[in-house]
Amino acid sequence: MSMAERLTIGAATRPKLARHARLRFDTARGLWLLLAPERVLLPDPIAVEVLELSDGIRTVRDVAENLSQKYDAPLDRIATDVTAMLQSLADKGFVAAADGVRP
Amino acid sequence: MSETAAAERPAASLSPEAGRTHGLPVAVLAELTHRCPLQCPYCSNPLELDRPKDELSTAEWQRVLGEMADLGVLQVHFSGGEPVVRRDLGDLVRRASEVGLYSNLITSAVGLTRDRVFALADAGLAHVQISFQASDAALANRIGGYRHGHAQKHLAAGWVREAGLALTVNAVMHRQNLHELPQIVDMAVTLGAQRLEVANVQYYGWALKNRAALMPTRAQVAECDRVVEEARERFRGVLTIDYVTPDYYADRPKTCMGGWGRQVFNISPSGKVLPCHAAETITGLHFDSVRDHSLGWIWEHSPALNRYRGTDWMPAPCRSCAHKDEDFGGCRCQAFALTGDAAATDPACALSPRHAAIFRTAEVEAETGTTRFIYRNPTGGTAEA
Ligand code: SF4
Ligand code: SF4
Repeated sequence: MSMAERLTIGAATRPKLARHARLRFDTARGLWLLLAPERVLLPDPIAVEVLELSDGIRTVRDVAENLSQKYDAPLDRIATDVTAMLQSLADKGFVAAADGVRP
Repeated sequence: MSETAAAERPAASLSPEAGRTHGLPVAVLAELTHRCPLQCPYCSNPLELDRPKDELSTAEWQRVLGEMADLGVLQVHFSGGEPVVRRDLGDLVRRASEVGLYSNLITSAVGLTRDRVFALADAGLAHVQISFQASDAALANRIGGYRHGHAQKHLAAGWVREAGLALTVNAVMHRQNLHELPQIVDMAVTLGAQRLEVANVQYYGWALKNRAALMPTRAQVAECDRVVEEARERFRGVLTIDYVTPDYYADRPKTCMGGWGRQVFNISPSGKVLPCHAAETITGLHFDSVRDHSLGWIWEHSPALNRYRGTDWMPAPCRSCAHKDEDFGGCRCQAFALTGDAAATDPACALSPRHAAIFRTAEVEAETGTTRFIYRNPTGGTAEA
């Protein structure tokens, strides 16, 4: 079995939630939650949007373009922020790439 | 898209509100059975194991899973004993998914088959945690007291990955296997695990019975710290390492379970609601059962849960200590095991009057103690031949 490699998020990556991560709205607390074993993250509204767009089909560039149009914000800045956010979630094992070595 | 850090605020708003001793429960450890083919000498189950005939039925567990979701529980960890011994495990996982619970299987992997793994994945299982006793097969099988366990674990880990499930390797560490930690890290990476739990033994129940055979030396603990730190750096983004440090040689106790009855609880095979898996080692406390009350009632009103919640129950020196809201006075089970009083300051704390004497004993045991185990089983334990 080959060793897993660290996923590097780029413009062409097709991000999706990792197999073991679940994004859900918790009615008891009125919060969005990102669940993994032993970990619960509280994504902010923008992170929730990014994760919902991260369906394994859209690329990071598609996700950034979508948000840049929706919020009428500069694509460069959005792309940088989306990439950094997804990278940090990938490093924690919450995000995978559709065609990557991670699940 | 203001700042990326906002995407991962630590889950502070999941904590109890200021001034409250407990909040909505976040996670539950569901011990489906105490039956297990293995006999680990550090097993966290109580010395007196629940009998199979007393186990909750499928229907009872299904009701309780629904009550968990209503109560705000987010994650359920199916554990034991060995949970795959229960033939209804798949039904329970399916029920957990239906009510929106994130489900995790904590298993020795002995008894798992490839078909079973795929069926569990189908039922909505999110994650599997397999315990390994060592990286060397002979040592692992000796520790687990089960001849072919180690090879079966390797097979099962492969099926878990093949089914697309996330895998955590859990390694319980002690004097007789700490030297293998570097190989265990490599094994976890090779098996395709995303997470490795390096859990030093906690000494109550079976582990306390075996303390002389398990207690690490100070030098081993220091080396363990170093290996974990180095591996975290080397495998960043590939393997997350959660590290449970041994508190016998520390100056401050661990924040056991994040505080007694604060955000998590445990359900024993016969349905008792406990603040942690070891709480039944404390004699004289009566734990309420899901057979007699709803989970919601138990969480709010169970006298055993309320007994050590918050900080009001604390004696000196905890009562007036600046750290009492961080560590809640340490572990009640360890306090009871080592002092006979569950309300005492955890002797792992340097401010406990018992600290010096107890940890001196432990150090001597680590240097000169026996290496023979007493194996965990329903007959009260069997000494290693
Ligand atoms: S610690 Fe060992 S004996 Fe105890 S339940 Fe786990 S595998 Fe079985
Ligand atoms: S005295 Fe009690 S509250 Fe203070 S550090 Fe020790 S265990 Fe914690």
